[in-house]
Amino acid sequence: MRLTRILVLAGLMAVGMVATAQAQNKPLRIEVTQGIIEPMPFAAPLFVAENAAAQAFAARLTQVVTADLIGSGLFREIPAAAHISKVSNFNAPVQFSEWKAINAQALITGAVSVTSDNRMVVKFRLFDVFAEAPLGKGLQFVASTDSWRRMSHKVADAVYVRLTGEPSGYFDSRVVYIAEEGPKNARKKRLAVMDYDGANVRYLTNSNDIVLSPRFSPNAREIIYTSYETGEPRVFLMNVDTLSRRVLDSEPGMTFAPRFSPDGRQVVMSLSNRGNTDIYRFDVARGSKTRLTNSPAIETAPSYSPDGSQIVFESDRGGGQQIYVMSANGGAAKRISFGNGSYGTPVWSPRGDMIAFTKIYKGRFHIGVMRQDGSQEKLLAGSFLDEGPTWSPNGRVIMFFRETPGANGAPSLYSVDVTGRNLRKVKTPTFASDPAWSRLLE
Amino acid sequence: MNFKKTGAIAVCVLVLAACSNTPPATTNPDAFSTGVGDAANPSSVAYFQQKIGDRVLFVVNQSSITPEGTQILNGQANWLLQYTDRTVTIEGHADEQGTREYNLALGERRANAVLNYLVSRGVADNRIKTITYGKERPIEICSEESCWSRNRRAVTVVAGGLTS
Repeated sequence: MRLTRILVLAGLMAVGMVATAQAQNKPLRIEVTQGIIEPMPFAAPLFVAENAAAQAFAARLTQVVTADLIGSGLFREIPAAAHISKVSNFNAPVQFSEWKAINAQALITGAVSVTSDNRMVVKFRLFDVFAEAPLGKGLQFVASTDSWRRMSHKVADAVYVRLTGEPSGYFDSRVVYIAEEGPKNARKKRLAVMDYDGANVRYLTNSNDIVLSPRFSPNAREIIYTSYETGEPRVFLMNVDTLSRRVLDSEPGMTFAPRFSPDGRQVVMSLSNRGNTDIYRFDVARGSKTRLTNSPAIETAPSYSPDGSQIVFESDRGGGQQIYVMSANGGAAKRISFGNGSYGTPVWSPRGDMIAFTKIYKGRFHIGVMRQDGSQEKLLAGSFLDEGPTWSPNGRVIMFFRETPGANGAPSLYSVDVTGRNLRKVKTPTFASDPAWSRLLE
Repeated sequence: MNFKKTGAIAVCVLVLAACSNTPPATTNPDAFSTGVGDAANPSSVAYFQQKIGDRVLFVVNQSSITPEGTQILNGQANWLLQYTDRTVTIEGHADEQGTREYNLALGERRANAVLNYLVSRGVADNRIKTITYGKERPIEICSEESCWSRNRRAVTVVAGGLTS
């Protein structure tokens, strides 16, 4: 699966726009962190197909942009049926009164054209309807038509950034996960990747061997995961494009729970041998290993801080499963989880400000977040079995899996934002578990 | 190498047996007897599984051998000391009430608790291999303690289980 490079040509479309630089009281803005009560209403009229070849894409582009924004929980679409005016010319002046009349606070207009060599040009503009002003410059994306969904996500990311003030969006991203099929006592598992919204699912392994807990490399071109391919749990490294794979280590015992360092050059993971599980760091290129913990307890689920200086992990050295932070070079660790129950699967936010975890308390599993010193614990979701949080590229949304109880119990993927709002099921063709989000694609 | 292969085959038997069951809580250990010899023959794998007992169960989050487990492991050790050409793989398992990676480590700990006990009874440790399945291979599928208690197990799988 080759990724076509997307050119971002900022400012191209600024010419010809009526730049009514009027003094606004405050910019159109929706706050991500406040726990949105009322989503911002927007209109995204059908993107203009500027030539015949583009007609097949206009509706799909508009639909994906709209779905991204609605899916964030921050925005509400005013459906096309309510629109008073249509946009048939991308460069014609916007009739703001007609968008005000239906209370569309934000207006997204777009146009698409397709060249004879199957390259697609997507343009869009964003307007603050009540200020009667553009929000930022028009943008144009150029890529192969195969990448039409990515171009939609790019547009939605740009809209999200402008309307939230966040440094980045999260729509142009992928998720690697475990696709599960079959009965609970004979479950088949395959490694799979998909777009963040569940589209474009692609299976990377057959179901002959158990595969577990995959994670992307920083550039999303490689996946590190645990497989029973050699008979026992072992960490593998796979190239997503070629599907070539290799065992990362050749240590005695079993290896699992791998995760890349932020620069992609190291992998931290657990090595179990003779009844003891500790955390090691492996140099991906050289294959050398460094032991980071040394205790008779179970130490697993390591995750780097985004600056690479620290590692958060779980250990039962104090009796129960709890979360600790140590230097990326190992040594003394500080316990940070002190609430009731057990804590596991810590994952550091890409923003560095929070750690997501799984909490087991009174037989229920919760997904939660806390500051890196363990303060401000907040539970975002809970059920019979909620497990394995992973952060969106911008650190504002968490995906995890929820397994239902009983003989027919099975896992599905869910997402929830860091305020605990907007819990959503992520549709997948099969049962699904162990999601891991990529960074924004390059 | 040969050892590793037979271990993998024995795992398949386990899965097939589990497949043939209908839920819940009805797994019959005798289902494992297919193709592993005559339980009346003390040297057979069937005898090991049915008369001695091929598995021990654990308390939640624990890996210490219970008194019941000790009885079974004494029988396993005596059998292994008598049939010295046999090798075994101990599979450690956890119930679904734990996170995936912790349960892998817990299953490994349980398998090694059995290994250590058998070694303490005189079985050479180069005849014993361990593997963890964490919560990946439940034999009972209800979400109640009656099932979980049977999934928190370490199963001693004798090599050659299919053919002997």
